Amino acid sequence: MDSISKLDEIKNTPWSGGKSPFAAEYGKLMMWFFLLSDAFTFSALLVYYGAQRFSKVSWPSPDKVFQSIPGITDHGAPLVFVGIMTFILIMSSVTMVLAVEAGHRKSKKEVIGWMIATIIGGFMFLGCQAIEWSHLHHQGFWWGEIPAQAELEKFFINPASVSVVSAQQFANLFFTITGFHGFHVFSGVVINIIILIMTINGTFEKRGHYLMVEKVGLYWHFVDLVWVFVFTFFYLV
Amino acid sequence: MSQHTHSTEDHSHDEHASMSVGKIWKVFGILLLITVIEFIVALWVKPKGYLGSHEILIGNTIYIVLTLVKAFYIVAYFMHLKYEKLGLQLSLSISFIFIIYFIVLMFIEGGYLNLQMPSH
Repeated sequence: MDSISKLDEIKNTPWSGGKSPFAAEYGKLMMWFFLLSDAFTFSALLVYYGAQRFSKVSWPSPDKVFQSIPGITDHGAPLVFVGIMTFILIMSSVTMVLAVEAGHRKSKKEVIGWMIATIIGGFMFLGCQAIEWSHLHHQGFWWGEIPAQAELEKFFINPASVSVVSAQQFANLFFTITGFHGFHVFSGVVINIIILIMTINGTFEKRGHYLMVEKVGLYWHFVDLVWVFVFTFFYLV
Repeated sequence: MSQHTHSTEDHSHDEHASMSVGKIWKVFGILLLITVIEFIVALWVKPKGYLGSHEILIGNTIYIVLTLVKAFYIVAYFMHLKYEKLGLQLSLSISFIFIIYFIVLMFIEGGYLNLQMPSH
């Protein structure tokens, strides 16, 4: 045997050391793992919501609960307002990717522009959510609070099968889950503002790369991703 | 230090090549289209009774499949996971086996309560 033993060969595979097997920067990898844990938290909340709905004979119909467009009509327009909210969030996700893309080209001016657009989108979504919450609160729903029996009948498809427990569970879970999501949107906006200030100050220009924009971008897309699920399970299903 | 910066530049250049501005708007178009389909189902197809007697089951299946397609496009393209290493893709996605298990577990439990405690 003139060749060296298998054991003595220098291994050069991704996992044999000396290099980063995921080829991702440390902070980005940690952001991914944080988002994974956050996805588990949201999943737990939504699975509990689903289990509650499965266990009840009747449940408030979303088409009947969410019917208003603020400033235009108070009822008869299911899904329209939440459609606008969904559009705003998808749109702000797009401006965020465009900021990341501009960051790859190291175009400071474009990063600033797209970051500002993303922050505006975030504030618009939060404003819509505040309106949505106050509307539902005026209808009589809150944590631990539901409308009177006669009012409640309007929110069920079959008025004969009104369930007080279902209505209360719906209210608690709606405010908890959209509230937790809204809190994520809020912290996302705050982080975006910090990154915007750092971009304006030229921190990333000096650093030579805009990886921080990518990392907050991941967080922002995750917020959009959660909304996709919240929208489906609270408004459509 | 300068060497480190250089390697980061190379890395980001590779990623840039895979996600152009045109591609971003294409993904946005797909997401918007799926949302519009969801609205058509919710506001027109379902109320008119086109889904037949199993409309809740069929409707919900359509919503959930479309939601998962949307989630795929956001994670794969906006969050860029499609262009990451296979190892990272797997370590992030395989974990959701636990969530699938949790869904099955809790929904069986919920369905049992539905049958056994009809007064609730």
